[in-house]
Amino acid sequence: MIAELGLAVLWMAAALAVLQLFAGFSALRPSGKALAGVVRPLAVMQGALVAVSFFCLIDLFLETDLSVKLVAENSHSMKPFIFKLAGTWGNHEGSMLLWVTIMAVSGGVVALVEKRLREDTLLATLAGQAFVSLGFYAFLLLSSNPFERLPEPAPEGAGLNPLLQDIGLAFHPPTLYVGYVGLSVAFSFAIGALITRDVGPAFARAMRPWVLGAWIFLTVGITAGSYWAYYTLGWGGWWFWDPVENASLMPWLAATALLHSASVLASRNALRAWTVMLGVIAFSMSMVGTFLVRSGILTSVHAFAVDPERGSFILALLAIYIGGALALFGIRASTVTEGERFSVFSRESSLVFNNVMLCGILGIVLLGTLYPLLTEAFGAKVSVGPPYFNPVSAIFAIPMMMVMTVGPLLRWRKDKPGRITATVAVPALLAALVLLAVAIMAPGIRVLPMLGIAVGIGLAVASWFPLRGRNLRRTPLSVYGMVFGHFGIAVALLGAAAESAFSTERLAAMNVGDTQAVGPISLKLENIEPVAGPNWTALEATVSASYKGGTPVTLHPQARTFTSPPGERTESALHTRWNGQLYAVLGNEGEDGRWQMRFWWKPFVPLLWLGGLLVAFGGLLALIGRVVHDIKRLRAEDKIAYRKSQQEQLK
Amino acid sequence: MIEPAPKRSGLAIWLPLILFGGFFALVIWGLVRPADREVASAFIGKPLPQFNLEAATEDRPGLATNDFKVGKPKLLNVFASWCVPCAIESPQLAALARQGVEIDGVAIRDRREDLARFLATNGNPFARIGKDDLSQVQLAIGSSGVPETFVIDGKGVIRYQHIGEIREEDMPLILAKLKEAGQ
Repeated sequence: MIAELGLAVLWMAAALAVLQLFAGFSALRPSGKALAGVVRPLAVMQGALVAVSFFCLIDLFLETDLSVKLVAENSHSMKPFIFKLAGTWGNHEGSMLLWVTIMAVSGGVVALVEKRLREDTLLATLAGQAFVSLGFYAFLLLSSNPFERLPEPAPEGAGLNPLLQDIGLAFHPPTLYVGYVGLSVAFSFAIGALITRDVGPAFARAMRPWVLGAWIFLTVGITAGSYWAYYTLGWGGWWFWDPVENASLMPWLAATALLHSASVLASRNALRAWTVMLGVIAFSMSMVGTFLVRSGILTSVHAFAVDPERGSFILALLAIYIGGALALFGIRASTVTEGERFSVFSRESSLVFNNVMLCGILGIVLLGTLYPLLTEAFGAKVSVGPPYFNPVSAIFAIPMMMVMTVGPLLRWRKDKPGRITATVAVPALLAALVLLAVAIMAPGIRVLPMLGIAVGIGLAVASWFPLRGRNLRRTPLSVYGMVFGHFGIAVALLGAAAESAFSTERLAAMNVGDTQAVGPISLKLENIEPVAGPNWTALEATVSASYKGGTPVTLHPQARTFTSPPGERTESALHTRWNGQLYAVLGNEGEDGRWQMRFWWKPFVPLLWLGGLLVAFGGLLALIGRVVHDIKRLRAEDKIAYRKSQQEQLK
Repeated sequence: MIEPAPKRSGLAIWLPLILFGGFFALVIWGLVRPADREVASAFIGKPLPQFNLEAATEDRPGLATNDFKVGKPKLLNVFASWCVPCAIESPQLAALARQGVEIDGVAIRDRREDLARFLATNGNPFARIGKDDLSQVQLAIGSSGVPETFVIDGKGVIRYQHIGEIREEDMPLILAKLKEAGQ
């Protein structure tokens, strides 16, 4: 019953999207003005219906209704509650329903709260959102129906991939999805503004909170995903340049660029065409990423739901939406004027530089991801890995971070280099000193980590300078947001560089009672015994670790065996100190009865994820600042309108 | 805000669409590409070029051209620790090694500690591993990516090139080529 209800409301929502599309576009013509009033309610209703459909699917998973094909294929009655819940989106159909849900709900919220945009631009935006949603409704309903019933209910479910049975992963995909799909709002705004030729500061201000919101979720999602890969995959790495990771990084890069160029457009009415194009590109990258992951066109360690037929479907959607939006951009961009001019030495210029660098990184990541396919088209098969991505992205990232130290200190429009030379000299000198110190004290480390540490220190200091000389209590929240965001980037860079430069590793075959050392830490294998969890059993090692002879702490790395479905996974154990992290993995038992143990000491590596969270926190501050500011302004406008009407009544 | 349309360069505006067109053509090809991806290498039938690579790990010797001129066919596997398909083919390499096939490795643009970790995780089927930091040997034998596997006969002549990871279904072919090279 629930499954039928879910499917029925999904069809109804799709029908409403058709109405929303036609009503929205008709209302743009003088003859269709009468329809203008229904567009917003349609968008809200559509969002509500899809939400109901999604809750139906959640309910089916929580009940473990094995007559539904999707549940039978991906869940199991013995699974813990939280993984039953996560099972809803841990598969292709469910994640596509989540995608459509986020898209429709955010469209509904735009319809409810957006008041700054010109009415016709808003109508075009909502029509655009409906247009994009329709493709995904079609995909869901025609080729990936999540509510399909089995002819006979299955006796038991097939379970969820053990790798995915992790609390971090339960919430990692939905977080990323909110980010990916949240960008669809920016995409629709860009389309709406292109159609009504309304590219200006008001458009940028309306779009900005949406981009910020999506970007915060993307930042958190990428940070969490990186941490998940770090502790579950048991190889100690935190970024692998895997196609799926790249698929999440590319929209983030585009959204970061969009965020900054939207600021320029909002405050200075410059970079109009560029901002609109980034609005299109950001969501396009989300779609391209989804396509690359789902179609199985690239080999990936993440590849789930690989299916060429679905690939063709998503590809057709890409052609319609990205191709269509870029064509619209081509037709209309020539009518979008360049906007205000600015000098080479100005805050605008530094933002343009960083935008270009971000797009550069985006380009090389996209190229690197597609390169195996590209060379295969010419008859050669290659695999592209970190030796390409690391140095080539650093070529763009390092100059960008240098400009990041200067940019926020510059004035809009035109500035004199002399005004900030003394200020910038401090971080520059500091970075040079650090570089020298690292080069002398640790001569063995490679160039990139060394540069990373120097630039990271310089940026970490310089990111606070925009607060200098300000009244801290009256500084807008958005400025704090920028400060925290930039500081977070510096912190993450330091974590990454320290990890890459100073990590030490120990691989050892150990008997119970043996001792080992890794970096400053001495280790002892106390015992190994079997333990049992809700749907797994494991061998668990007890390792005591002591930092430079201090009080020992106990770690419990496990090698888990899952029963439904069968599978194995290492559960690494971490011990975090303020200055680094100990990482322990229990391997197999060797032929001589000794246990293969692997330990890493990674100095300052937690900074990496702390930095990511700081960036997201900065985004959150900025978002709150913007929204509060908008609400205040709306209230003030309401008041003025009220007074005016009262005065007129008095007259 | 309808503004007078100024002239601006046409190409720049259409560039994103053109790039997208290229991307689109590429992935269309990717979706419909034929399943058979065997490529006839120009290097087949030619002797291995002269090289002498230093050892990439502590427990295996390095690799030189003369190591192949011992009268018995061998496999030459071009791999790297950073390459995901290389990890995927490791069970197949291990199976070949168990059957008595000597496999020599060339590690491309790798670091010793990464390599040790890779071999510890995926097993070490190699008799010798040479370190090719600049892909010189890789390029000299006509390999453009990782992983690739060459069948070399007992006189050091390249007899077969397998591009991409060795999958379960490729095993009979590899074994047949080895047998052929041994005759």
